[in-house]
Amino acid sequence: MTQRPIDAALARDFGLSEEEYARALAIMGRPLTLAELGVFSVMWSEHCSYKSSRTWLSQLPTKAPWVIHGPGENAGVVEIGHGLACVFKMESHNHPSFIEPYQGAATGVGGILRDVFTMGARPIANLNALRFGDPRHPVTRRIVDGVVRGIGGYGNCVGVPTVGGEINFHPAYNGNPLVNAMTVGVAPVDRIFLSAAAGVGNPVVYVGSKTGRDGIHGATMASAEFGKDAEEKRPTVQVGDPFTEKLLIEACLELMQTDAIVAIQDMGAAGLTSSSVEMAGKGGVGIDLDLDAVPQRETGISAYEMLLSESQERMLMVLRPEKAEAARMIFEKWQLDFAVIGRITDTGRFVARHQGRVEADIPLAPLADQAPVYQRPIAEPAKPAELPPARAENRWGLAEALERLLGTPDLASRAWVWEQYDSTIGGQTVKRPGAADAAVVRIEGQTMALALTTDCTPRYCAADPEAGGRQAVAEAWRNLTATGARPLAVTDNLNFGNPEKPEVMGAFAAAIRGMAAACEALNFPVVSGNVSLYNETEGRPILPTPAIGAVGVIDDAAAAVGIALGPWLDLVLIGQTRGWLGQSLWLREIAGREEGAPPPVDLAAERAAGDFVRGLILNGTVRACHDVSDGGLLVAVAEMAMAGNVGVRLSAGPREIPGHAYWFGEDQGRYVLAVPDGPAVVRAAEAAGLAAVRIGHSGGADLTVPDGGTISIAKLRAAHEAFFPAFMGS
Amino acid sequence: MKPGIVLFPGINRERDMAIALERAFGHAPRIVWHTETDLGELDLLVLPGGFSYGDYLRCGAMAAQTPVMGAVRAHAERGGYVLGVCNGFQILTEAGLLPGALLRNAGLRFISADCHLRVERTDTAFTAQWQQGAVFRAPMAHGDGNYFADTATLDRLEGENLVAFRYVTARGEVTPEANRNGSARSIAGIFSPNLRVLGLMPHPEDLVDKLLGGEDGAPLFASLAAA
Repeated sequence: MTQRPIDAALARDFGLSEEEYARALAIMGRPLTLAELGVFSVMWSEHCSYKSSRTWLSQLPTKAPWVIHGPGENAGVVEIGHGLACVFKMESHNHPSFIEPYQGAATGVGGILRDVFTMGARPIANLNALRFGDPRHPVTRRIVDGVVRGIGGYGNCVGVPTVGGEINFHPAYNGNPLVNAMTVGVAPVDRIFLSAAAGVGNPVVYVGSKTGRDGIHGATMASAEFGKDAEEKRPTVQVGDPFTEKLLIEACLELMQTDAIVAIQDMGAAGLTSSSVEMAGKGGVGIDLDLDAVPQRETGISAYEMLLSESQERMLMVLRPEKAEAARMIFEKWQLDFAVIGRITDTGRFVARHQGRVEADIPLAPLADQAPVYQRPIAEPAKPAELPPARAENRWGLAEALERLLGTPDLASRAWVWEQYDSTIGGQTVKRPGAADAAVVRIEGQTMALALTTDCTPRYCAADPEAGGRQAVAEAWRNLTATGARPLAVTDNLNFGNPEKPEVMGAFAAAIRGMAAACEALNFPVVSGNVSLYNETEGRPILPTPAIGAVGVIDDAAAAVGIALGPWLDLVLIGQTRGWLGQSLWLREIAGREEGAPPPVDLAAERAAGDFVRGLILNGTVRACHDVSDGGLLVAVAEMAMAGNVGVRLSAGPREIPGHAYWFGEDQGRYVLAVPDGPAVVRAAEAAGLAAVRIGHSGGADLTVPDGGTISIAKLRAAHEAFFPAFMGS
Repeated sequence: MKPGIVLFPGINRERDMAIALERAFGHAPRIVWHTETDLGELDLLVLPGGFSYGDYLRCGAMAAQTPVMGAVRAHAERGGYVLGVCNGFQILTEAGLLPGALLRNAGLRFISADCHLRVERTDTAFTAQWQQGAVFRAPMAHGDGNYFADTATLDRLEGENLVAFRYVTARGEVTPEANRNGSARSIAGIFSPNLRVLGLMPHPEDLVDKLLGGEDGAPLFASLAAA
């Protein structure tokens, strides 16, 4: 281990500023040990302390009658009926996934799974939100390959279906891909397990994998930008073991059938340190750890290493002492380590002993209360000017442009990716990836199902973070609605650059403002989340990416609809179309321009349209439904046609909007419904005060567009499916 | 017939299998832990899919050495019914209850997609409720489903009519495209010589409910329930 003196210079290398180090010294009133410096540095890292973001996060609405636990627990918990709760959260594993894509992504999945089953919920679905660099950039292919393999490798083995997600490509992610993983679980409302430790003298029990030297200072790495030395940081990436995770899920859920557990938390970022400090801190008690009792993978691991190791698949529990032996038998049955490594005390201190020495002895209250909180300077982002449709000249026929758009990386079929994820395991997947706007997973033994989605449009957020934040929430709400589900709540994963830059922090604040407005208007609270800052490489930040994960419920799974169009149906467009081309994919991919303001979201109209559409789905009127998002109306129609393998004949749009703007504009708050009787639906919508128009009819094998063009569905599909296999070489 | 599900650490499709069995048999299967050696009254032992012992050595290799496998082997030798699906099929080949081996998929990637299977014979307890040559859909979800055996073994399997299912197109044709994992002679499943042991890679148990996309897999379980 290091021979260096424990001083401000070492503290700086551990990620603590001079001021933060001075504050730690003041709390301790004496010099710090190496282990104590380690504890302060990880607990006060951006990753664990949210020191730059905390003041803004409080703006997000977090309450609704169905919210059982909002932010602050391991995951959010909402009531879904029949005595059940949905437990869910999304979390980033961006930095590790750039350094070592397979393990970075795999352990991201493993970590978020633990956040959910630690609360007593059986995980029933995984989703993800992925952003990669330019496909032409030399490392992108390797990162895509590793991340997809890693997500599949972990999720498939642990036996939780991966049912949905989204992928974008943009050069801003060349040196900093985003891997945001979401897990959704279900638990009885009266069997939710929390992390606040209690009961002086109660045993602190370690279960799961043994502790090794992997991932030391992972949380600190996730709190700094990458320089050219990123490769050298590989040893800070953890290695996943999904087999052990599977055993851990089963053992923990089995133990949770008993009343043995007082408190439980997974050992995630900053491992044993953060789990024990947080559990004791939340419970207002002290904790005394005997590190000699920690199951170890090798000999000679120091106290400092043990406290900071991020070895995976480990949990910390406080048990009722009389139940500890019964608990041990459950873990032995599952062939997992089980060790009593400490006791709850009344000292209010975190004490770690190793080989007869006290290696750390820190008062918990000041460690939490005096954690740094920064009101970082912000630069308010400039609002871009609107781009009038007339200023976007068009040289392309609709069919030609559509064929090209469907083949671009952001719109191309994701089947190549989905086919590497087991989406059917569990035997409850009603709508598989791509079958509907949101995945639909039935709850075992029930007729009800959850609808699940992840959404964000980073190009909108880059142009106008506030509008982008609103849009991300609204689109998630819309995607749930489009299956017939009632949207319940949100988990967010806020990926931004270096918060010490005012323009980055300004974008962060604006995005939160937009999200908060949308959550408020749609009664769609944020119940859990994660902030990932310092997503920069060599000074270049990513696009602001506030990824939204969302959950809705549908009481009868059989009522859920997908996007696949059947023959001989009318297509009805619900919602207002102005022909908004600013920041559209048509503008970027066909016209070669990235400019203008993103499409605004009228939240009142959003809600009215969504509530109307949901009602029609639930009363059985709608055969298929798709929201209009990336690529606009014509892309939405084409996706429905490809999914159902049926043609469509479209009618002309209104005269006052240029054709390309009408068909490719990305105006928000719109749905395409496939119904037997279009005029009746139009009348009903108009009676409800909504814009509605019958735009065409399904049948045949071709898509016929109003400018005279025709293209076969087979040809569209070929264009749509070509990108990924060609890019990845298989 | 009394069904039981043999559970090894790392198996993860036991819930799907239990649902399919319960639908067909009208009662829940018994769960047999990998350390058990007394199988009691069970008539049908099902080894479901998953990643037994993480498949860190070779798919199914560790599970094949567990105590319960001695009992499974004795059960098979007595003429009892055994069904191995996915990892279960891999375990049966590793245990020597079925010939051949499952190699990495030809494309070296995990494949989770629906495939079409052709029923090669219907005079068995597993397939009686299908028509000869029937084609049905089933999800596949595996990284190591590429069936391999030496030429003599393949010739024997075909000669003795022990191929249970082949990967085919929706119309029932054997083509290289329909055989996505690269299995020898498009073999998706095989019988033991006494037709009491069946191993297959795809998952009929995940397609037994109209709401989840169809009931294509249901005849397998209905056949067993009626046998």
